[in-house]
Amino acid sequence: MEMNRRSLLAGAAAVAAPLSRARAQATTLRLGVLTDMSGPYRDTTGPGSVVLTQAAASEFGNRGFNVEVLSADHQNKPDVGANIARQWYDQGVDVILDVPTSSVALAVNQIAREKNKVFLNSGAATSDLTGSQCSPNTVHWTYDTYMLAKGTGGAIVRTGGDSWFFITADYAFGHALERDTANFVRAAGGRVLGQVRYPFPATTDFSAFVVQAQASRAKVLGMANASTDTVNTIKAAREFGLHRSMKFAALLMGVMDIHALGLESAQGLMLTESFYWDLNDRTRALTQRVRAANQNRPPAMVPAGCYGAALHYLKAAADMGAAAAKADGRAAVARMKAMPTDDDAFGPGRIREDGRKLHPVFLFEVKSPSESRGPFDYYKVAATTPGDEAFRPLAEGGCSLVRS
Amino acid sequence: MDEIFGIPAPLLFGQLLLGLINGAFYAMLSLGLAVIFGLLNIINFTHGSQFMMGAFVAWMLLAWAGLGYWWALLLAPLIVGATGVIIERLMISRLYKLDHLYGLLLTFGIGLMIEGVFRNEFGSSGLPYRIPNELQGAWDLGFMFMPIYRGWVVVFALACCLATWLVIEKTRLGAYLRAATENAALVQAFGVNVPRMITLTYGAGVALAALAGVLAAPIYSVNPQMGTNLIIIVFAVVVIGGMGSILGSVITGFGLGIVEGMTKVFWPEASSTVIFVIMAIVLLTRPAGLFGRA
Repeated sequence: MEMNRRSLLAGAAAVAAPLSRARAQATTLRLGVLTDMSGPYRDTTGPGSVVLTQAAASEFGNRGFNVEVLSADHQNKPDVGANIARQWYDQGVDVILDVPTSSVALAVNQIAREKNKVFLNSGAATSDLTGSQCSPNTVHWTYDTYMLAKGTGGAIVRTGGDSWFFITADYAFGHALERDTANFVRAAGGRVLGQVRYPFPATTDFSAFVVQAQASRAKVLGMANASTDTVNTIKAAREFGLHRSMKFAALLMGVMDIHALGLESAQGLMLTESFYWDLNDRTRALTQRVRAANQNRPPAMVPAGCYGAALHYLKAAADMGAAAAKADGRAAVARMKAMPTDDDAFGPGRIREDGRKLHPVFLFEVKSPSESRGPFDYYKVAATTPGDEAFRPLAEGGCSLVRS
Repeated sequence: MDEIFGIPAPLLFGQLLLGLINGAFYAMLSLGLAVIFGLLNIINFTHGSQFMMGAFVAWMLLAWAGLGYWWALLLAPLIVGATGVIIERLMISRLYKLDHLYGLLLTFGIGLMIEGVFRNEFGSSGLPYRIPNELQGAWDLGFMFMPIYRGWVVVFALACCLATWLVIEKTRLGAYLRAATENAALVQAFGVNVPRMITLTYGAGVALAALAGVLAAPIYSVNPQMGTNLIIIVFAVVVIGGMGSILGSVITGFGLGIVEGMTKVFWPEASSTVIFVIMAIVLLTRPAGLFGRA
């Protein structure tokens, strides 16, 4: 009896041991979506980014590791964002995703490098993330100021818009977008006649700036801002009749902004994005899968970027072993760069050594109300640029990771 | 062409006019705040959200009930004012005996909650609202291109400010209100229902905010954050004008609109800071504000 019980216990222990070992092996990768949940970028990033990151996690689960998705609101403040990033990385978060608002993104970029974790940026625009501030721990996935400037700015210069006036949000993002666009304008032989930098985010009324732009007699109104600010600028510009004498270059504008502005005011605008839900069968399939979770709206570009980036990270982690990916953020990013990318949102592509993700970029024209079949049917493709040409050439970025 | 400080004179006149238009919004919003503070001693931090609600109700009336701008101008203040009455009855009225700070915290909290509910329901990027057909188009003033709607805003706001001032300073009702702030018990002893009067005053202040919201809907993006940026400036206006001074808040509202407009020409980066610099100077030299009674 005594022996029996002991052998039974031993047997039980023998059965339990591999189980607990198996549990210890099932590493949990923690993906933290740090985004704008309460401010002007909420609709273009925010909850949508969380939903799409979760979609990637559930599509690429059950591969010997667990995936946990967390989210937090950085309120577009660099100090708040940096605090959350530090706390998250210290508490076992392996990857921070999204981070719209360039000033916050640049802060998180530093912290990820310092703590040797992974930073997959989708929401911020500044091209400095893969230029002067580039880091072996960072991938910049979706878009950047250079590509927006080349896409929209380049297209408008080609059609004769050779003199520009900029209305610029006075922070890292606006400055970068204005600088990159102005470079294209000047390179094409155009001139910048003036610019005005307004306080962000404390500006509601743009009429004063719009009238200054009008007085400059420039042919193009360059809007180096985003979201509500762009919508308010376009509203004011139309009100003061600028559309009669000037072309509008909304340098960063997305589907949600068109939705807010209404097709009547937005029709004919040219804008640049790397994702649109109704682009091809794969983007439509992705939209179908996430639509219900995404407040019954199609995904916007930045959340789609979170999906692609999260999926590719998980593929790299599966390839190198989740524990190894967890232990060394730099190695995980290096593996991501070594593997070709492929996902439903952006199709096949790759990540360059400076951290820049390359994929095709589209110039869209906004449909007129009569062309649109309903809400969110807003774009016509005007031009497609392959990834290698759409983004800044590797040698021009000034990234220290690039061997000359 | 004549130049003033290196800026062409026509451009400068144009900017003065635009400053005046923004001042109209500041004046209407600070007027409501001043009325509420003057008579209730409550610093109404919900004001920005109530401004936003005005714009949203205008949008809802159009989208859901097919009622256009002119109906919204009438109905939105009534609807939002009614919600103000409910908030005052249920919550704010319990705080009159306490320090100002409690009213401030309560109204601030309510404001955040209202904003959060609208953000969850409608998202952050906003909703389109058209300028009514009657007010479409623009006048060519020679020195600038003046949208008719902006002109309408200034005229309408001035009329509202004048009407409010007349009601409070020149009518019997206004006299009761002013008396009640001096000595509520005595006024009640004369048979005036003071609590009801206070409730309606709060409702009227809120309605003014909603009215400003309807005026703003066609020119600014209708979104849940639209009141947040504006309300901080409006508080500065009220402080500079002198807490509770109705005439002070109106004059300061228009004046600071012009100062801000000029800053947008000469040093645009500082245009959101200039009002607070003025506020600091005024508080240091005249703590009761420009028009306040110490």
